[in-house]
Amino acid sequence: MRGRMNAGLIVGGTLVALVVIAALVSFVWTPHDPTLVDAARKLREPGGGYLLGADKFGRDTFSQLMVGARTTLYVGIVAVGIAALIGAPLGMIAGMTPHGWLSELVMRVNDLVFAFPALLLAVMLGAVYGAGTLTAMIAIGVATVPAFARVARAATMQVMVTDYILAARAAGRGRMAIAGRHVLPNIASMLIVQASVSFAIAILAEAALSFLGFGTRPPTPSWGRMLQESQELLFSTPRLALWPGLAIALAVLGFNLLGDGLRDYLDPKLRRIRERTRRSERSGGPTKEGLRGVSEER
Amino acid sequence: MAMPAGTPVIEARDLTRVYRRPRTSLTRPGEAVHALKGVSLSVARGERYGIVGESGSGKSTLLRLLCGLDRPTSGSIRFAGQEIVGRRDLRFLRNDLQIVFQDPMSSLDPRMRVRDIVAEPLVAQRLPVGTRVAELLDEVGLPAAAAERYPHQFSGGQRQRIAIARALAPAPKVLVADEAVSALDVSVRGQILNLLADLIDAHGLTLVFVSHDLSVVRHVCESVAVMSEGEIVESGAVDEVWAEPKHPYTRTLLRAVPTLEGLL
Repeated sequence: MRGRMNAGLIVGGTLVALVVIAALVSFVWTPHDPTLVDAARKLREPGGGYLLGADKFGRDTFSQLMVGARTTLYVGIVAVGIAALIGAPLGMIAGMTPHGWLSELVMRVNDLVFAFPALLLAVMLGAVYGAGTLTAMIAIGVATVPAFARVARAATMQVMVTDYILAARAAGRGRMAIAGRHVLPNIASMLIVQASVSFAIAILAEAALSFLGFGTRPPTPSWGRMLQESQELLFSTPRLALWPGLAIALAVLGFNLLGDGLRDYLDPKLRRIRERTRRSERSGGPTKEGLRGVSEER
Repeated sequence: MAMPAGTPVIEARDLTRVYRRPRTSLTRPGEAVHALKGVSLSVARGERYGIVGESGSGKSTLLRLLCGLDRPTSGSIRFAGQEIVGRRDLRFLRNDLQIVFQDPMSSLDPRMRVRDIVAEPLVAQRLPVGTRVAELLDEVGLPAAAAERYPHQFSGGQRQRIAIARALAPAPKVLVADEAVSALDVSVRGQILNLLADLIDAHGLTLVFVSHDLSVVRHVCESVAVMSEGEIVESGAVDEVWAEPKHPYTRTLLRAVPTLEGLL
């Protein structure tokens, strides 16, 4: 029934798995204390237990990257969680009552939020409530709500016109039961894909915010802040910018590839088209069938 | 109109349904489409009633109204003597009237097991499920093991059997079939039609059978209503209509039935 494993799914899955493993392992073990400042190790070259060297404060880059993965995932999970928990139900409501005033209201407010840049919102929230990981996560989450609402609404509308929804209504199901038992399971794959793509965007946004000083606060390691701290040494010690930059790029690429791969793997629309083609190939259509019957009669 | 013996189960009077196309201009409202223009019909208890017409003739709209899935713009529908138009609590209708849809590929939720699909009308109406699913599957000629599988693991004919099992679950009095065999291969059509006929006999059901194919209706039904452009243009006993069509549209419809001679 489902599509074959594709390259995007495998490569994306591997990259995401690497980030997750790094984050999990960092809870129990890192090569060195990622926050330990030691002037003796200042700008130490890679090697001798320091796989990727140390930064200007003598902190081990590799350990910082590992713990930074934790921050990255934390921000992504909470931001995407906020977006999905608010956006998906709103989109489903809008999709189940496509011409009602509630649907219009939801989607117009949605457009309003969508028009507001996520980073600006985060900077604003940071200015009002104080910069920090939590503010950044909430800002990114709120800014991602419209993306979820739109995907959920479009997918819900597709599901609502199918006969199995009519059949459920004829069976006496109420709106809530239809939403929970028919709509949600059938749009789940699209939401999962959206979550993966949004995760990539959230990672990038957190890195950007930390770079600007509105995200994760020191001393908690964060890839974005590692980039920022390496800025002044960009020409003398480029590796300090290279590693966190590479980590961000690969994590974002990983989640994007995973999203695309999942789309091909799960997308019910693609699958339905594939099935229909296969079915019409098998049966050959009614006209041909009739003619074949006649020629056999002869 | 030939009035068959027995009390009417479904009685519709002067049904109209107007759809409005989405507006394309700021100043003018969307174009109105008159899907039904004053349709009246009466289905007696135990009758097998066919509704024929080409696509766009309003037969699907009529069927949705009769099943309480849509509201008419005007008119009244009585089911077993009770008005259903404008009524919120349609539990009696959901219990006593069930539908078999046209395309079993889209009328079964792809994410549900057959067990849950067949049991859905029972669960929705808080009726006991017990061993009902296995009994129903057996009745439509499917093995009990089918309950644990998903719809995509079945062929079109088998899926339609699942849909029929679901329709029979709450022990309805009326079965409505919307083009129930049109989406199926010619080879399994006969099987499903015979199954339907057998089940209707066994349970003493009233059947409303909607189709574009008069020859299929003739096979299953006693009475027939011919629809064209939102109106019933002719109705009566199916053999009479078949033998002596009065309305020109019915004649056209009859000529459209493919015959062996016609093809040779």
